[in-house]
Amino acid sequence: MQQIRVLIGKEFRLEWRQRYALNGMLLYIVSTVFVCFLSFSLRRNQLTPMVWNALFWIILLFTAINAIAKSFVQERSGRLLYYYTLISPQKIIISKIVYNTLLMLVLAGLGFSFYTLVMGVPGEGMDMPLFVGNLLLGAIGFAASLTLVAGIASKAENSATLMAVLSFPVVLPLLLMLIRVSKNALDGLDRSVSLDEIGTLLAIDVIVLALSVMLFPYLWRS
Amino acid sequence: MTMKKNWWKALAVVIMTYVIWVGLLGTVPRQPILNESIRNVYFHVPLWFSMVILMLTSMIFAIRYLRKGQLNDDHISVEFANTAILFGILGCATGSLWASVTWGDPWPNDPKLNSVAVGMLMYFAYLILRNSFDDELRRARISAIYNIFAFAVFVPLIFILPRLTDSLHPGNGGNPAFGKYDMDNAMRLVLYPSVIGMTLIGVWITQLRVRVRRLRDRLDHVNDSVPRAHSTAE
Repeated sequence: MQQIRVLIGKEFRLEWRQRYALNGMLLYIVSTVFVCFLSFSLRRNQLTPMVWNALFWIILLFTAINAIAKSFVQERSGRLLYYYTLISPQKIIISKIVYNTLLMLVLAGLGFSFYTLVMGVPGEGMDMPLFVGNLLLGAIGFAASLTLVAGIASKAENSATLMAVLSFPVVLPLLLMLIRVSKNALDGLDRSVSLDEIGTLLAIDVIVLALSVMLFPYLWRS
Repeated sequence: MTMKKNWWKALAVVIMTYVIWVGLLGTVPRQPILNESIRNVYFHVPLWFSMVILMLTSMIFAIRYLRKGQLNDDHISVEFANTAILFGILGCATGSLWASVTWGDPWPNDPKLNSVAVGMLMYFAYLILRNSFDDELRRARISAIYNIFAFAVFVPLIFILPRLTDSLHPGNGGNPAFGKYDMDNAMRLVLYPSVIGMTLIGVWITQLRVRVRRLRDRLDHVNDSVPRAHSTAE
């Protein structure tokens, strides 16, 4: 536990020292939202909930892929080797997933607030707690699955393309469920309607987390 | 000895001959829209079944590679994935033909079609990942990891997608399953053997390809070592 905490602290410090990367991601999501806003050339509150929702999650997906892709590239291989002599690989992947989850939450929070600012919120009775909870589940799932894929892609050359190609099909089930639940939240449907989907989301999160922790020890050795 | 080892190939040939014969000439129940195209059940459905079986086998060999580290397991794993892709493409082709006859659209928005498309994307990504490594051991290890991960995500996808949109396929979204009333026992007598036969054929293709791969590897080794022998002699 102590080690994981130290590792997470290290991730934060690393990010803070390379602030341009963090700022780059923040700018990335803001400008993507703005590009979408201009592309639709709409006044506020003109998108149907369905388009609004799908667009939001696609923006988040691309941001997530870009943000998490760097989680292994950022450190030199010599330093990674040094960590591996000190601690078990499970702790490294867990700390990276926790850090990436927090990062995703920050990015999603910023993205959501800016998105609603320019695009407006469709519909009246939006179920905010459900939407935020869904965002949280999404952040965990994205972080867990994309961290492992980032690890895989970082081992190959041309990792940027590879990262996208490898991660799209893998995050798709997660993404579909997230879109579904957040649509329910937007429409303000009764929560019992989305219980089934939330259960599936939790199950996917657990599967992806367990697999990442199980498979990572094999990954770092190469 | 050869019969003992290769009986399953004979079995595959016998079963597939039977399936093709009875499938094309046997009597089938008359259904309003399906008409004679119902015979496609014998070919299209088993292709999917055996594709999933081949993918599963590919994943099992990937796990085995990670545990034991023998390159042979990696060869088998990738060839099973290749055969699964072949079956997937054939399944798409037969399904598309069938859909344009019965549903009037070669690619209707159907969860089963979409989940298969995503599955194909995963395995194409797997092949691209493999090609991006030069080092053999590294390639084997990392692609095995992706193989396991992809299959584990593919399974929930098959369960999730049908809930999002109603399927045109029998047995989903209020459509009656084949088993309910239009699949009589005579058809089952062809369908189930066909699943076994297709899977055996898939295994056979895989076995041949694994052998070709091994031979090519050995040839590469020989070609590599010959010039070196010359240079030391000089």
